[in-house]
Amino acid sequence: MDFLQLLVGGVANGCIYGLVALGFVLIYKSSEGVNFAQGDMMMLGAFLALGFGNADQLGLPFGVAVLAAMAAMFGVGYGIDRVVVRKIFGQPHFALVILTIALGFVLRFVAGSLFGYTPLVLETPFSGRNLNFGGVIVGLNDLVTIFVTLILTLALWGFFARTRIGLAAQAASQNQMAAYIVGVPVMRVNSLIWGLSGVVATVAGVLYASKGAIDPNIGLLGIKAFAAAVIGGMGSLPGALLGGLIIGIIEPIAGRYAPGEVAVMSPYIIMLIVLVTRPGGLFAQIHAKKV
Amino acid sequence: MSLLEVDDIAVHFGGVKAVDGVSFRVEEGEVYAIIGPNGAGKSTIFNLISRIYELTRGRIMFDGHDVTKLGAHQVAPLGIARTFQNIELFDHSTVLANLLMGRHLHRRTNFIQDALFLPKVRAEERAHRQRVEEVIAFLELEAYRGKMIAGLPYGVRKVVEIGRALAMGSKLILLDEPASGLSVEESQEVAYWIEDMRRDMGLTVLMVEHDMSLVSQVSDRVLAVANGRMLAEGTPAEVQAHPEVKAAYLGTEVAA
Repeated sequence: MDFLQLLVGGVANGCIYGLVALGFVLIYKSSEGVNFAQGDMMMLGAFLALGFGNADQLGLPFGVAVLAAMAAMFGVGYGIDRVVVRKIFGQPHFALVILTIALGFVLRFVAGSLFGYTPLVLETPFSGRNLNFGGVIVGLNDLVTIFVTLILTLALWGFFARTRIGLAAQAASQNQMAAYIVGVPVMRVNSLIWGLSGVVATVAGVLYASKGAIDPNIGLLGIKAFAAAVIGGMGSLPGALLGGLIIGIIEPIAGRYAPGEVAVMSPYIIMLIVLVTRPGGLFAQIHAKKV
Repeated sequence: MSLLEVDDIAVHFGGVKAVDGVSFRVEEGEVYAIIGPNGAGKSTIFNLISRIYELTRGRIMFDGHDVTKLGAHQVAPLGIARTFQNIELFDHSTVLANLLMGRHLHRRTNFIQDALFLPKVRAEERAHRQRVEEVIAFLELEAYRGKMIAGLPYGVRKVVEIGRALAMGSKLILLDEPASGLSVEESQEVAYWIEDMRRDMGLTVLMVEHDMSLVSQVSDRVLAVANGRMLAEGTPAEVQAHPEVKAAYLGTEVAA
């Protein structure tokens, strides 16, 4: 019972890590670099939902507030690419790393100046309610998190596998030159992907906020999600989710059964083990060519 | 009016004049070849037409449109397809997916229709698939349809790239060294395909090629370039007989 309880909570946490990791992978595939502001985009998304929805703020109905936050973060992501990232196109990879770290600070400052630094609680219809499944107490927010992650994953899969824009994005991530000559506007597609990663970050942020109070520093969760993306293989969307789930499940179990600090270290220990044993990640995209 | 009109184009990378004052016209239905030694600027001319490089000077008109004002993704919609010397394919996708990507511009359904996979989307898919199957049959790629690009032999990848260009349904196809790295038999096959493209598909072909036997066999006209400049233009026989062309190929210094 105890273990099952930990497992459900772990899976729900893992979903959030996985969603932020998805954001890392989306950007990695389109801009060939790591967006270290991904966690902060999650944070800002959560705050925007709070700003639109909470009774003492704009007070919009929860669903409307979340949709508005998703739309706003699409704009933020799109704008970041359009105004900043595109300008350093062609620069070495670390340029994007430095740039996005700085961007993270800016987003934290923006959130801090809009909402302050004292922890705030996002009002959701599903926070703080528990369901009892034969002795296993499950938070309603955990169930919602798992369900929403499933839906979003399916939607993303459909987007990339079926739609014209999704296929264009896949093409551009595999070979920009080839994408151009079949008529894909590569730059615009990249901006759309940045927008999409803002949307995914917002969903992750709202789910995260349904578990407790948020402040402008929750974006540091992005480091853990980055570990999840690396475990999954960085270039793989299912890998990112799996990496998130692994970290999410191991953490509470290590916290319960292993001494002291092991739980805190566990994501990075797993990342190191994966990097040493399978340098390409669990879902390595580039297979060594067999001759 | 010619289908493709290239007027006095030039591109300078720093002090290097990769292409310097090249002009030529390609008529509709013609096979036109650009030859020249390595580093002559042949592929650079293609990259200028594809808008991968920015022109320093000059103008390129295609079918009445000024290509030089367009972005790299706006060249394909005019009806220009191409292949690359170093093969640019979607390596982590199948042959079929690569060829279908050539149909990208012809997909007319929108995001919502795609997401719901409406009957209209399915009908369109079928039409594209049929077009792609024709290309597969033409290039005899049946055996590779479901194979990933990464892992296919060089010669096959080269053919897949030609296939993607054909699937695009363009008016002009640019072939960048279609026979390089191919065996004699494979080159011969390329020659037949080029003839079919012109005769049966009504395509205009502009190609860069080293293999003079292929060039002589399929081209109507040939332009020889060296050091970014034009040496001679004419029928394959005329150009091959031109003294400056001979000198350029033998590596003798050409008087500028």
